[in-house]
Amino acid sequence: MLSLKLKNTFSLCWILFFGLTCISCFPNKTQKSLLINGAGASFPYILYSKWLLEYRRVNPAVAINYQSIGSGGGIRQFITGTLDFGGTDIPVSKEDIKSTKKEILHIPTTLGAVALTYNLSLNGKKQLRLTAGILSQIFRGKVTVWNDPQLKKLNPDINLPQQDIVVIYRADGSGTTSFFTEYLSLLSKDFLNDVGKGKSVPWPVGVGGKGNEGVMGLVNKIQGAIAYIGVSYAVSQKLPMAAIKNKSGQFIKPSLQSIKSAANQVMQSNKSYTASLINIQGKNSYPLAGFTYIIIAKKMPEKKGKALVNFLKWSLSQGQKFSEPLHFISLPNIVVQSALQKLSQVEFE
Amino acid sequence: MKPLSLFFKFPTLKPDVHVGDRLFSFVVQALALTFIGLFCAMAFVIFLNSWPAFSEFGLSFFTNSVWNNWKQEFGVLSLIYGTVVSSILALLIAVPVSLALALFLNELAPRWLAVSLGFIVEMLAAIPSIIYGLWGVFILAPFLRNHVQSFLSEHLGHLPLFSGPYYGIGMMCGGLILAIMIIPTISSICKEVFRTIPHANKEAVLSLGTTRWEMFKVAILKGSFSGIVGAVVLGFGRAFGETMAVTMVIGNKIALSPSLFAPSQTMASVLATQYAEADTKLHLSSLTAVGFTLFIVSLLFNSLAMFLVWKMKKQLKG
Repeated sequence: MLSLKLKNTFSLCWILFFGLTCISCFPNKTQKSLLINGAGASFPYILYSKWLLEYRRVNPAVAINYQSIGSGGGIRQFITGTLDFGGTDIPVSKEDIKSTKKEILHIPTTLGAVALTYNLSLNGKKQLRLTAGILSQIFRGKVTVWNDPQLKKLNPDINLPQQDIVVIYRADGSGTTSFFTEYLSLLSKDFLNDVGKGKSVPWPVGVGGKGNEGVMGLVNKIQGAIAYIGVSYAVSQKLPMAAIKNKSGQFIKPSLQSIKSAANQVMQSNKSYTASLINIQGKNSYPLAGFTYIIIAKKMPEKKGKALVNFLKWSLSQGQKFSEPLHFISLPNIVVQSALQKLSQVEFE
Repeated sequence: MKPLSLFFKFPTLKPDVHVGDRLFSFVVQALALTFIGLFCAMAFVIFLNSWPAFSEFGLSFFTNSVWNNWKQEFGVLSLIYGTVVSSILALLIAVPVSLALALFLNELAPRWLAVSLGFIVEMLAAIPSIIYGLWGVFILAPFLRNHVQSFLSEHLGHLPLFSGPYYGIGMMCGGLILAIMIIPTISSICKEVFRTIPHANKEAVLSLGTTRWEMFKVAILKGSFSGIVGAVVLGFGRAFGETMAVTMVIGNKIALSPSLFAPSQTMASVLATQYAEADTKLHLSSLTAVGFTLFIVSLLFNSLAMFLVWKMKKQLKG
């Protein structure tokens, strides 16, 4: 009896196995769509997911994937050819460009910025003011208490507590760290010598958290903490943000206007959106802003290339309206025009 | 044909005559060989990819505690330190607790309690590590900072072990989280091991007029030494390779510090945090070399445990 049952089960398994194999060999023709793969920067992931979802409605024939694996991974996999497009917060480095035969085009998709957040019980809605000089000292462990005379001088109207400063940094490699250390290295030679710049640097003091959410968790739990964090994340979590002194000597808070102003400035002075936005001039510009890009090859196979270019055109026009509800910052018109012009250079083979 | 007969001599009791038997033995041996092959292939590929780092830094890769992305200087010493110390800290806490737990559940607890408590302890093993990590960040770390570390710092602050500023997050928190994570592994294996000790042995010891504790010591703990070591090795392996929970609570600072308050970093955790965004060849290769080091160090510790068991058995016999 038992063996009979067992035999039946076995044969059922075989039938199922072969059946499934047959089904998977003959895919349903009606649902077949063009598949385009991308991956890279994690910062714009939420926005891209929204775009991909919306674009599916606009053009159901094209299915685009985007995985948030980090800018470095995005560039690497794009260069080795596993991806149709990559996402990165930093323009591709000269060495990487040299290492590949592909000609790479950068298409900006949205704007971001780094905010300085803190865990201090300040009375009322008073705004902490910081400069690159003091930040360099705090993040090198030279200024260690909140009521340091230099901090007091910058913030005469705030009653700063006598509390230790706890530095929180991003432990994982990230564009956020890259922006922030680039900024401090530019304005403080000591910082460049002691710490350096890049996606992950050897911080001399403090505690590391993984990802924006890890950093936020630590800031929330540690009194006297200070951290740098992606501005869209800080806004969505309603974290306090410090005003930073810009090149014109103004203390500017990260906001839609101040970040867009930085983008406009870079287009006026450099005519290129791959130039750095860090510490850009302009009275209202926030000094810690940057673009995030999608990278594509200049020469692409016709079918895939056209579909990808159409998607990028859509994201630069209709797509931009999804940015602000998700706490991203839409591109100024001047940047969009320049990006569309770049897209027109794509050649199909 | 036997694939393994290339390497070993099989005791030939009776030649395999049945086709089924021969087929079975062939399949089983081929599967076993696949795993050995897989292990070698993995070790080889990891070594190949970490070669640029080894050739660049040589032996100083293992003796250098600097991990500097900006200056492209990489050394694995502080990572080895962080991994080994956090795991040993976890064992120091987890082993006595697990042994006591296993003894209590097997020998002392009334049946209803043993069943329900045993179930709960085993449930702990099923909790995903990210949950431990979140609990560590939001509950354990603030508790340590406000109640334990403040006390230790005030009264024992002159010891290097408890010196420096404390954040809650750090080596101590990492070790504690690991301890909680490996207790179910160690205790449930110990429970099974203790169960294999025959009643006759226990009764024999008791009949000599020993106390209950002496019976535990002589009949149970000594008798199942190799089993306990096995359990500890498994727990150690889990602590060694644990990534997510540790990353969240250990503070992710690559530096050598004797203080248990200081943030630290482990090998598995640095891979989790830095691999995705590594952009230079040397950085990538150094990270792979960290993986290779993890491989070697855990192999060393496992061999050490096996040696210990072998020596103990020899002692017992002799």
